[in-house]
Amino acid sequence: MGNKYTGKIFGVEILSIILGLIFLVPFYYVISNSLKPFSEILTSTSALPKVLQFENYVNAFEKLDFLKVFSNSLIITVASNIVLVVFCSMAAYMLVRTKKKISNIIFMTFVAAMIIPFQSIMIPLIKTAGSLHLLNSIWGLVIMYLGFGSGMTIFLYHGFIKGIPVELEEAAIIDGCSRFGVFWRIVFPLLKPITVTTVILNSLWIWNDFLLPSLVLQNPELRTIPLATFFFFGQYTKQWDLALAALMIGIVPLLIFFFAMQKHIIKGITSGSIK
Amino acid sequence: MNSQNNIEKVGEASLSPRKQIKTKESISSSRKKKWKDAGLFSLFVGPVFLAFAVIVLIPFFTGIYYSFTDWNGVTGNVKWVGLENFKYLFTEDKQFQASFLLTIKYTVITIILTNVIGFGLALLVTQKLKTSNILRTVFFMPNLLGGLLLGFIWQFIFVKGFASIGQVTGIPFFNLAWLGDEHTAFWGIIIVSIWQGAGYIMIIYIAALQNVPQELIEAAKIDGANRWKILRHITMPLVAPAVTICLFLTISSSFKVFDVNLSLTNGGPFKSTEMLALNIYTEAFVNNRYGLGEAKALIFFIVVAAISIIQVTYNKKKEVES
Repeated sequence: MGNKYTGKIFGVEILSIILGLIFLVPFYYVISNSLKPFSEILTSTSALPKVLQFENYVNAFEKLDFLKVFSNSLIITVASNIVLVVFCSMAAYMLVRTKKKISNIIFMTFVAAMIIPFQSIMIPLIKTAGSLHLLNSIWGLVIMYLGFGSGMTIFLYHGFIKGIPVELEEAAIIDGCSRFGVFWRIVFPLLKPITVTTVILNSLWIWNDFLLPSLVLQNPELRTIPLATFFFFGQYTKQWDLALAALMIGIVPLLIFFFAMQKHIIKGITSGSIK
Repeated sequence: MNSQNNIEKVGEASLSPRKQIKTKESISSSRKKKWKDAGLFSLFVGPVFLAFAVIVLIPFFTGIYYSFTDWNGVTGNVKWVGLENFKYLFTEDKQFQASFLLTIKYTVITIILTNVIGFGLALLVTQKLKTSNILRTVFFMPNLLGGLLLGFIWQFIFVKGFASIGQVTGIPFFNLAWLGDEHTAFWGIIIVSIWQGAGYIMIIYIAALQNVPQELIEAAKIDGANRWKILRHITMPLVAPAVTICLFLTISSSFKVFDVNLSLTNGGPFKSTEMLALNIYTEAFVNNRYGLGEAKALIFFIVVAAISIIQVTYNKKKEVES
């Protein structure tokens, strides 16, 4: 592992690039075939498209009602992130700063509940949600994401806030700042690194989630991207030209998000997994 | 020790001397303070705890109750049936038993392959390669897309892509029935899961590998150790904690596999690839047997909880030792 670029390292490089290409092959197939007419997909699946044509995309975009679907996904993801950040950072702050038994009990409840798999809750949840009028409503879904995301988010904030010295806050209180003001004006800005981590982890989870929205949002008007893709695939089975273009349309926003936030995503995953 | 963090000390009371003379006035003001603190506490913690209780806690406990009933979700009357559901699951429900065994088999194969491949990729991209950064991105990228989209992408690869490669190259591997046959369909799910998970695991292993001190490796080299020996006797022991983390991460995520299962095979052909999470879903929302579905979900929870508890205690023990 010296600093020289030796023949051996060159060999490793070639091997790695081949592996990287194998990883990319599925993307190649989806992208190149999404640009072909249906007959060409059937006859020459592996070849590059003879002529680039974006008709499939135009069709899929309309049939998916993509603008609607995309804005549903966006509203749900953004709103859930806002409520998660606001309420979980506040709760974690109070739980850290209040040295009482009750804080510990509440914190441990949040953490312990993280091990409950979604499938163990979903059946009664849908019943409870029905009687609380949370079904078929984007806001109902957002409240559910607040409930499901709270364990992880509070856990991450809790660990971070423990490392923040309390002296700053005490000085502000002496200056006559309220507890609420202290949190929002002094503590919250210090939480930025962990806020970025939680927002990234929660965004990827909520944006890609299928099962919960499929149970909550039965009205086609409210469908998110994974839901719309699912129904699209069901409806246009074996119509690969449309289905592949629809898939690509669903993938593009994620890729843009990834390339814009790449450094933060990698950092977030590393710190989020080693808990 | 943390008395300066104590809530009673923050606010006005913190200005008063530590040993207070208990006059009537100070008692009433400290009582007022207590109420104010309790109010603030509920203002900060209350909203999220309420959502958490309604969305997670209450359904969890009512779910345990329903697993002992014959609830079908439609009619209002729910009859207590004791352990009937569980008896049925373990004696008569062959599909549930098959799903359970299949999920265990899938979990074991997936965690081994994902970790081996993820570790291998991490080793490769931590060499001094010119393309190291691009390759990290490439290996990680599939992880971004949710299981649902990944399953659909691979549906096309298995159905059309493999057939086409098989036609061109004649390699028998690509000419298998894949999603049409129960064994290859099962391996199809594993391939997609590895494609999704290896990059994620790689990120964690990269972080661990970068923490291995270079001096140790240099010293071993001077002592005449070859690459393999360095890997076996220096790198591997030092990244062992990361291995534990990754193993448990992959155990619980593999055991809970749902999206890929649904979009790639939907349990087919003939329910032969229906794993536990999908089996619970079908029982509840397709067959409308909610009570039975809840009984399955309770067993599912117990297994997942057991894995997590073992994980936590094991990690704690490790921390103490090191």
